[in-house]
Amino acid sequence: MHIILNGERSEQQDGLSIAGLLSGLGIGLERVAVEVNLDIVPKANYDTRMLSDGDRIEIVHFVGGG
Amino acid sequence: MTDNTDKLVIGGRVFSSRLMVGTGKYASFEQTAMALEVSGAEIITVAVRRVNLDRSKESLLDYIDPKKYTLLPNTAGCYTADDAIRTCRLAREAGMSDFVKLEVLGDEKTLFPDNEELLKAAKVLVGEGFTVLPYCSDDVILCKKLEDLGCAAVMPLGAPIGSGLGIRNPYNIKIILENVKIPVIVDAGVGCASDAAIAMELGCDGVLMNTAIAGANDPIAMADAMKLAVIAGRLSFKAGRIPRKLYANASSPLDGMFL
Repeated sequence: MHIILNGERSEQQDGLSIAGLLSGLGIGLERVAVEVNLDIVPKANYDTRMLSDGDRIEIVHFVGGG
Repeated sequence: MTDNTDKLVIGGRVFSSRLMVGTGKYASFEQTAMALEVSGAEIITVAVRRVNLDRSKESLLDYIDPKKYTLLPNTAGCYTADDAIRTCRLAREAGMSDFVKLEVLGDEKTLFPDNEELLKAAKVLVGEGFTVLPYCSDDVILCKKLEDLGCAAVMPLGAPIGSGLGIRNPYNIKIILENVKIPVIVDAGVGCASDAAIAMELGCDGVLMNTAIAGANDPIAMADAMKLAVIAGRLSFKAGRIPRKLYANASSPLDGMFL
């Protein structure tokens, strides 16, 4: 399936969860937030929330700012 | 001598330092961490941005212990209430804290707040349980509205963000201080230590700055200067300054003159 990951088209295997996506990207769970089609996914649901073809995913974290 | 009983309370949390520091624009993460340490700040601002999917890049929180500081995520770069609200919700999920520095900008050139959108966003966010610290214009009517909405503090600008022009309208800040009960924190405009001291001498509860430290020739030394300026300004405010007089008033006695 194809998803839009942080604004860019990305090829991913079918049946992927948020936890699986983050793990594949080497991103730790604790300091990020994930949005799927503008809905925030609570961390507790990362294992159960499955991604679908065409989903728009945003993975954000804290960076330096004023 | 610092008064250890003089605490700043925001949203039920108690802080000893009245200097809040941003984490942007430093030369390196090492320098960021060192400046924060030297500043003595307990509240530090951060921005919410996309994770770099190229994991070879390190991130800020690899260098800063989030347990040591209260992270205050900002909504920098948001020009609508909806974008700011979305950013705050993501920040809460990422940081597991309700503290947010709410800014809704009106214009790229001035970075002045869009106060109409700010009020809209503040109302929604307070309703969702956020501890909202809004960056706003130095306007007492607006600040009172933000207080009425349930904001935890107001953060009027001293001058445009990153301008270093200092406290351009101290009388507006004074009027705000006399008319709101929540903490008043000058956010933006400070250029040097005396600017920070002026804000504190006016009676402000705190000062928030980023560029003044990060953009200094020696950011670590400036962090130290700002720490001392905020402490000095606070002590000076609490000590109570003498009235201004137009003419001289001799400090040495006239009695006992022998000339």
